[in-house]
Formats: sequence, structure tokens, C-alpha cells
Amino acid sequence: MNWLGAFSQLLALLTALVLAPLLTGWVNQWRARLQNKSAPGLLQPYRMLHKLFHKDSVMAEHASPLYRTAPYLIFGCMLLASAIVPTLSTDLPLSPAADGIALVGLFALARVFISLAAMDVGTAFGTLGARREMLVGFLAEPALLMVLFCASMITRSTSLTEIVETLARRELAIYPSLLLAGVAFTMVSLAENARVPVDNPDTHLELTMIHESLILEYSARHLALLEWAASLKLFVYSCVGLAIFFPWGVAEAHAPLALLLALPVLVFKLAVGGFLMAVIETVSAKMRIFRVPEFLGTAFLMAVIGLLVNVLLGVG
Amino acid sequence: MIKLLPQLINLFATLILLLSFAMISQRRIVSLINLFMMQGVALVAASFLLGYITNQPDLYVSGALTLLLKVIFIPWMLHRLIRQLKVRWDVESLLNIPTTMMVGIGLVIFSFSLALPVSRLSHSIAGGSLGIALACVLLSFMMMITRSKAVPQVIGFLSMENGLIFAATTVTNGMPMIVEFGIALDVLVGVLILGVFMFQIREKFDSLDIHNLEALKED
Amino acid sequence: MPSLTQATTWVHLDWVLLVIAMWLLIGLIGIVALRRFRFVAVVLFPTGAFVSLVLLGVALSAAFAEPEVAVLPLGLPQLPFHLRLDSLSAFFLMLIGGVSAGVSTFAAGYFRQGEGTPPGLICLEYHVFLASIAMVVIADDAYMFMVVWETMAFSSFFLVMANHRIPEIRQAGYLYMLVAHIGALGILMCFGLLQANTGDYTFANMRQQHLTPFWGSIAFVLSVFGFGAKAGLLPLHIWLPEAHPAAPSPFSALMSGVMLKIALYGILRVSFDLMQTRIWWWGVLLMAIGLATALFGVVFSTVQVEMKRLLAYSSIENIGLICAGIGLSLLFSSYGMKSLSALALTAAMYHMISHAFFKSLLFCSTGAVMHATGERSLGKLGGLIRNMPWVAWSTLVGALACAGLPPFGGFVAEWLLLQSFLFTTGLPSSFLDMLVPVMAALIALIAALSGYTMVKYFGVIFLGQQREEKLAKAHDAGLWERLGMVWLVTGCLVLGLFPNQVIAFMDPVTQKLVGAGLAHTVADSGWLLVPVSIERASYAPAIFLLGILISFGFVFLLVRKLYHGRLRRVPPWDCGYPWQTPRMQDTAEGFGQPIRQIFDPFFRIRRHLPTAFDENPSYKITVEDPLWYWLYLPLASLVERISRIIGRLQQGRIAVYLMYSFVTLIVVLLAVNR
Repeated sequence: MNWLGAFSQLLALLTALVLAPLLTGWVNQWRARLQNKSAPGLLQPYRMLHKLFHKDSVMAEHASPLYRTAPYLIFGCMLLASAIVPTLSTDLPLSPAADGIALVGLFALARVFISLAAMDVGTAFGTLGARREMLVGFLAEPALLMVLFCASMITRSTSLTEIVETLARRELAIYPSLLLAGVAFTMVSLAENARVPVDNPDTHLELTMIHESLILEYSARHLALLEWAASLKLFVYSCVGLAIFFPWGVAEAHAPLALLLALPVLVFKLAVGGFLMAVIETVSAKMRIFRVPEFLGTAFLMAVIGLLVNVLLGVG
Repeated sequence: MIKLLPQLINLFATLILLLSFAMISQRRIVSLINLFMMQGVALVAASFLLGYITNQPDLYVSGALTLLLKVIFIPWMLHRLIRQLKVRWDVESLLNIPTTMMVGIGLVIFSFSLALPVSRLSHSIAGGSLGIALACVLLSFMMMITRSKAVPQVIGFLSMENGLIFAATTVTNGMPMIVEFGIALDVLVGVLILGVFMFQIREKFDSLDIHNLEALKED
Repeated sequence: MPSLTQATTWVHLDWVLLVIAMWLLIGLIGIVALRRFRFVAVVLFPTGAFVSLVLLGVALSAAFAEPEVAVLPLGLPQLPFHLRLDSLSAFFLMLIGGVSAGVSTFAAGYFRQGEGTPPGLICLEYHVFLASIAMVVIADDAYMFMVVWETMAFSSFFLVMANHRIPEIRQAGYLYMLVAHIGALGILMCFGLLQANTGDYTFANMRQQHLTPFWGSIAFVLSVFGFGAKAGLLPLHIWLPEAHPAAPSPFSALMSGVMLKIALYGILRVSFDLMQTRIWWWGVLLMAIGLATALFGVVFSTVQVEMKRLLAYSSIENIGLICAGIGLSLLFSSYGMKSLSALALTAAMYHMISHAFFKSLLFCSTGAVMHATGERSLGKLGGLIRNMPWVAWSTLVGALACAGLPPFGGFVAEWLLLQSFLFTTGLPSSFLDMLVPVMAALIALIAALSGYTMVKYFGVIFLGQQREEKLAKAHDAGLWERLGMVWLVTGCLVLGLFPNQVIAFMDPVTQKLVGAGLAHTVADSGWLLVPVSIERASYAPAIFLLGILISFGFVFLLVRKLYHGRLRRVPPWDCGYPWQTPRMQDTAEGFGQPIRQIFDPFFRIRRHLPTAFDENPSYKITVEDPLWYWLYLPLASLVERISRIIGRLQQGRIAVYLMYSFVTLIVVLLAVNR
């Protein structure tokens, strides 16, 4: 581990922390604009976090220590995830600690903890949300894993930094299995980040909530951490998608000056991605809950077909 | 750039497969027709591209024929038909959609494993797509079996024909022109007759549910 | 003291025999002190746990040693017991010793007065069970193998029937015995084939024989059938969901954690060690059966409403996954791809040992909950984390490990298994090349569903509000129970955080069975787990845990420093409806409802729905195993019909019986005459 590696690791972590609420704000802005509403400011998520940290935490009487510690654990999981995904550079000392499969496991860990925390208070909304979250998760997790496998079969590695380096260095080629994987990844990413058409992040109706009902009972600093963790999750998902499908522009170990270029490139890619997500959210209607397994099942099967196409066409 | 062209053909092949799957899982008939039209576009693009690479003008003609029929005329006719029949929504199927998808995956594996040795023998540049074409044919066949309304069955038949043409295009660089014209004419006439049939069914049974036809058997 | 193996000093095999003898002795002392409950609980069981620890130590050191053989003069005059301790046996002895140490300690605190069987008798059955399991893995000839196998079946049967006054438990025991014996028949026939007409039933002889592919395949299928009946593979799983809930919790823990693995030991021993031929479709068959079993098990476990049945089905799922790993290893081995075969085998063995630890932990926790509350149904529990913190936090570790989440042991096993699936594009057959990614997809699906099950298990029992008032009086586990659970928790953590060291112990086994091992690639990379090469994949569980804990601490302190840490306690938010009761939480049926809806064709569901005309409307839903109705009941009625036909032989008149003898005599005279 050299100084450059440590520096790029720290930079990646700080970028994630700072840019994640900005990304959420950008998506919210465009969604509002596309729907002809007046948009909240771009820095609104930061103001909200600041406001929440100031408040007194209000907690149910019989909430257990699991409930109190869960937000910190989930935030820690998302921080670790943002440290291992190659956002700005592939020279990350922490990235050998977890490859793609371990990243999916990390998301699963965060999901299990938030579901358990929601079940802790013992009201109808929390347990309903927990059940739905696990339902979305049980199909989204294998689909994400299969998308990563598509990329792994092409690059012969499951390590994310390795995937980025291999795909970025190869000459421009069109991989049909990555097309299928891309469609599947978009669907999974919409589901896991609680976006329309799976879950409406703006909803106030409890019966239509998935993500919102999980955090219904939380307030103040715990809620702030959970919202920040959700923004980080969106950020990490977008970066994973960019790493697999648009890996150019990420700095490599032997090119430290490329780090200067990597940040604007990342911001640009995320801006485009956020805009597209807002467009998808605007043109889709939210699905009924029992259609969600079909939606995610389609994503899963598409990723599997991507794997099969890879084997068939030999080149991926 | 030149190396990208065969990969583009593979890409179109995958698009066709993707659209076949999307058609199986689609409930709305209007979307079904649009997906079928997109499949036709992908097929046309693949034919044109293959004709450009291998310098065979036959493929251009075949592509143009597909464009005329499958992308413009037949979807227009189907749209008109469903507007007149007033069926736009909620296609019921024999198996539920997840099971259909699972069977679909099984068919894909089956056709891929059948096609691998054959595509190694093929001299065409896009020989690897035989498996995909075979998978499309089988998937459309399954769509015909599991749907219970008339219009999706017709679309399944047409999509099967798409798959066959794609198979012929990729493995042997197109069929003899006579055969192409013959098939195109058959398809056209078939769709016209099926349209008439649908009106008749609707008149007799007041619904386009194929299960009603079972009442016609002598018992 | 002269050693039994004719060596000059004590070797590991002697130590193992000493351990077995100690266990038998403890059992006999239990008979003497038949009703002295406190003596049995506080002295005998902990001594048994100490002996297990000795076994663990012996096995750890025997893992790297040379194989040792011995002949015991027990058994029949011409058929003495042959014993052999090699690295495979050592691995399983590690598993047995480690898990039984924790479970015996737990059992010391578990027993209460007044349960059907006297405690001294339970002590005997328990230790005979442990001793026979240990003997199974060191058996080196078919005769001894079958004798100790049957002893294991019998002692576990008596353990299952410990509360024999309840009719359901008697039925469960009977079913268990029936399937165990059907399996034993299969194993016996398999051994009969393996000795290939030489008459010598020792394993050493069987290793020399080369069976033709036809007879080898039949032997393999028989071994899968026979050992699969004991392991709970589809469709012979039917006894598992009945027997595990019926037995008292420590024995369910032992059965699920240890006994099922011994059945898999049988499959490993027969297919990798005793048989020299390996055909590719054997691996595919085992993978297919394993995945079908796993999917079946996990889907059923999600919809269960009773604690121990849920865990029993979850065991079925894990056994299926391990079988799939073994099948993949067999497939690679039949094509000569040794290092990949070693990877898959290591994954399967890692899963075996992790499952042993976390499943026993979970079953022990159900025992503690049942003692504290008297309830086994999930619908009557809830909120126990406040009354029983030790049990709750240990169960959390077990549940997270079972769900296959990092940084615990279950995740390492799954990670290795998925890595081995990804390498398969090198297989010669294109059909297999395509089948294997699909199987990897299924494994990912099964793993995600097991997460669902564990959230349901932990959430419904320990979190939320208490669904019954009597739960407020529940007390935490006693000292012995806590000790046992802490030991098992430590096991889960060690398996999760130090995979390199654990794999080093498995290396001799894979070297012996498939000719390659992971140890040298793993050892090169220090704190990273690198199965093939660092560019390919790597994982560091310690960093994982440290990363999460450090960020936890850092954020906690930072928030407190920059802002504040004030907290107010209020009633939970009720949406304006003030009469909320604990019954408004999700029930166990409710939590499993989405899965029930998606996988509806798998089940046989009986519903009782309220109508508008009911005076006391009620809703009841029962989910049953369809195989019971499609396979077992028709088989049972067929057997009954056949036996009724044969029963006509019993006429009841003496003249008819005399005529039977007369006819037989005539036939024999005619035959002799020729």
C-alpha cells in the first residue's frame, strides 16, 4: 500500500459521502421538472440532513438495542461498499477485501438489518415493510449477482477493479450479453433503490410503501443516517453500473494524474445517469406489489439468458 | 470499425431474443404488436447489415420485404383489427408468467445446446446466432400454445416466422428469392384470413377466447 | 500402555478410541444413576463435553498425519472390526467434536424434571449416539460400518422418542425409523456391489476393485439413495420435518448438525474414495438432486409456522446445497480438472462445518425459548429480545450465518461455491457449460430465500411486541446453556473470520480425494482469501468486520461530538388509531405469504376461509408437503394391498399349514432327486 493508493481510497470515500446526497437531489430535481412541478433546490438533501441531525431522537418505548444500532451498522455497510467500488480509481487498497459477490452480500446484510429493525417496533407498518423489502430483495439479489457474473465471464474475474480495468482497456466491442445484463441491471437498480415503478419514494400512503415504511419509526440522527445510507446506496449502484457498462475514464494505478480527470468524468456520467433515471420514473406508473416479483423475475431471467448468450456466442 | 460489424449482428440477434422474451411476458395486446414491430426492425437491420458485409444484394431485397410486411403493413393491420374488435387489454394465459419464463429458459438452453455444433460448421459470419434463432422459434411456438386469446396467437405465429427467416439469414445468408417471396405471400394471406376468422369467432361466441372453440367439437 | 494399532507409541487412533470408550463409560454411569437428575446434568454431560473437546484437539492434529489403521477383536470371529483414521475421518471428527462440545454443554443446562424418559437413560442414549457417530467415520470395513450405522440409527430413534407419551412424537419416531432402514438397505446393497464378488468386505479391498461403468453406476445410485435417505435428500426427506421437531432441542441440534453430515460423509467416502471410476453424469445427478432438495427445503421453510419445523426445512436446504457442491466436484473430477474439483469440494466441506455450527446454535436457541415460554408456535412468540438478551444475540449470529451473510462462515462457503461455478466454461460438453450458470443462478436464488427465512425466524420470535402476556415472564437461559451457545457462536465467528486457516485443515482431505488442494494458493496471500489468483477474486472477512465496526464507532462518536445524543421514549406511532394490539403485527403466516403466492404450485394448501354467514368467522391455512400425498401415501396403500394379498396365506386352519409343509417336502424331494 503506497501513499497514492491510500489517497485515492480516501478521496473515493469522501467523494461518495459528499456526492451521494447531491445525486439524490439531482434526480429529485429532474423528476419534479419533468412532471411540471417546481423543483426543490439541488442542495436540499444536505439541508435536510443538517436539520435531522439537530433534532432530538424520538424512539418507541420498547425498542431494543438492535433498533438503536441498526442505522449505524447500515451506514457502515454502505460506507464500506463505497470504499470498494471503483468510482474514481481502480487503485483502491481496500478493494481486494471484497469482490462483486461480497458486495452483493454487503447489500444483503444492510437489507437484513433494516428489515429486522423495522420488525423491532412491532407495529403493522414496520412488519409489512420488512416483508416487502425481503420480497424485493430475494429476487433482486440473485439478479444483481447474475449481472455481475455476466461481466465476470467476459473479464474472467469477479473483482470489480479487475472488471473495470479489463473492460476499459479492451478495444471497443459490443457484448450482447452485456446488453441483456444492462437491461436487467436497470430493473434491479430501480427496485433496490425504491424508485418508481417498484416503490414511490414520495408516497405518503402506508399501503404503497416499501422503503418508507421501513424507516417510518426513525427520527433525527438515525433517520439522517438512514437517508444518507439510501443516497449512498443509489450512488454505489450507479457506480457499479458505470463500472460494468461504461468503465472509461476511471483512473488506474500507474496513472495518478488521471485522478484529476476522473472526478469530472464521474460527475458527468452520474448526471446523465440520474437524468435517465428521472425520465424512467416519470414515464412509468408504479406497479402493484404482487406484480413486483414478476418484474424482478424478468430481470433475473434476462440476466441468466445473458449468461447463456455469452456461452453460446463464445465472445460474450 | 470493421470488426464491430459482426458484433453488431450478434447484438441484433440478442435484441430479437430479448424481444421474444418480452413478448411472452407482455400482457397488453397493443404493446405486443409494438414489440413485434420492433422485432421486425431488428431483423431488417440484421439483414441489411449482413448484406452489406457479405455483398449479397439478395439480403437487401429480403430485408426490404420484411420491412414492408412485418414492420409496416401487418402491424398497421393488426392495430386496425384490435381497434375494431375492441380488445386492448389483459391477455390471459394458460400458465402464469413466472412459469412461462422458466419454461422459456429451458427452451433457450435446449436450442443453444442443439445449435452449438451446427453453428461451428456454418461458413456464415453470423453462424453463432443459429441458437438464438431456434430459441426465438420455440419461444413463439410456446406463446401460441399458452395464450388463450386469438390475437396473441397470431402474433406468435408471425414471430415464429421472423425467427425462421432470421435462422435462414444467419446460417446460409438468405434463402432463394422464390422461397422468400412465397413465404411472404403465405404470411400475408394467412394474416388476412386470420383477421376474417377473428371476426367470425367474435360473432359466434361474443368473445375472442380460444377456449370457446372447444364447444365446437362433437360429443 | 500398548497401543491398538501395533505402533510403539500412542497414535491419534488410540486417542479416538479412548474418547469413544469414555463416552460409553459416561453412558453406563448414567444408567447407574438413573434418576439422579442433578448428577447427570451437572457432572456427566459436561464431562462428555470435555471429552468432545479432546476429540477436537486430536482431530486437528490428526488432519495432517498419515493414515492409521487398526483391527479390533470385536465383532464376529471371522469378521473383526477394521478401523482407519485418515484425513477425511479427521475432518469429520473435528466437526463432531466441535459441535458436540457446545451441544453437550447446552444440554447440561437444558434438562428439567419430568420429561418422559429418565435422565440417566437419556445420558446413555446420547453418549452411545456420539460414540457410534465417531465410529462410523473411522470404520474401515462394511460390516463394522453397518453395525455402528444401525447403532446410530437406534440411539437417535430413542432420543427422538424421549417424550414418548405424546402420540405425534411416537409417529415421528416410527417414520424416522422406517426411512432410516430403507436407506440402510440401500447402503448394504451398495457395499455388496462394491466388494465385487471377492467376499472381502474391507474398504481396503473395495479400493482395489474396478467396477464396470454399469455396475459402478448402480452402486453410486444405491449409495446416493441409501445415504440420501439419512441425509434428507428429496424425496426421502419426509422424516426430517417430523423427527427434528419431535426430539428435544439438543438432540435436534446434534441430529441436524452432525448426523446429516455423516450421511454426506458416506457419499464422499463411497464416490471419492472407494470407487475408482467416475462418470460425468453422476455429478450432474447429484447436483440436480441437491438443487431440487435445496429449493424445496427453502421454499417450505419460508412458510412454516412452527420454530423447529422451519429449522428442519432449512436443514434440508443446506444439505441440498452441500450435495450440489459435492456433485460439482465429482463432475470436475470426472473430467480430470483437479484444482477446480478441489475448489468445489472445499466449498462443500466448508458449508458442512459452518452449517453444523450455526444450525446447532439455532436449535439450541429454540430449546431455550421453549423452556422459557412453553411455546413452539411462531404465532405465540415475539419481543423476547428484551427478556432473553443472551439467547437473542447468539441467535442473531446464528441466523446471520444461516442466511449466508458476510462476515460469517455461511458466506465463505457460498462464495467459494459460486466461484467454482464461474470457472465452468472449461467443460468439454457444451450442454453442461450452459447448465452450470443456470445452476449458479438457482443457488443465488436459494441463498436469497434463506435470508428471507432467517429474517422471519429472528424477527417473529425475538423482535416486535410480545404476542402473549405470559411472555413477559420469560427468563433468560441458565449458565450452562449460555456457555454452550457462546461456544457455538465462537465457532461461527472463527469459521467466518479465519477462512485461510480452516482451509489449511481441509487441504489434506482434498489432496487425498481429488488430488489437489487450495492450501498453497490460499497460504500465499496472507489475510486475503484467494482461491485461484488475486486478479480473479479475493475476499477478506476480517477487513469487512473491521471496516463496519470502525465506521460504526467513528460515525457514532462524530455525530455525538458535532451534534448531540439526546433521546426521548414515546409510544410507537399509531397513525391515529389508538387501540393497537400486539396481534396487529405480522404473523408467521403473513410473513411467508408472498412466497406462498409465488411458489403456489409447490405446496398443497388447505384453506378455511370465512364466509358472510359464519357466526365466528375464522381464517385458517395449512401448508402441507405434496410429496406425502403423491408418493408416500400411494406407496403405503400399495404395500398394504400386497401384504393383504400375502396375508391370505394365513388361513387359520391347521390342515392348511400342514399342507404347506407337505407340499414343500415333496418339492424338496423332487429337487434332490434330480
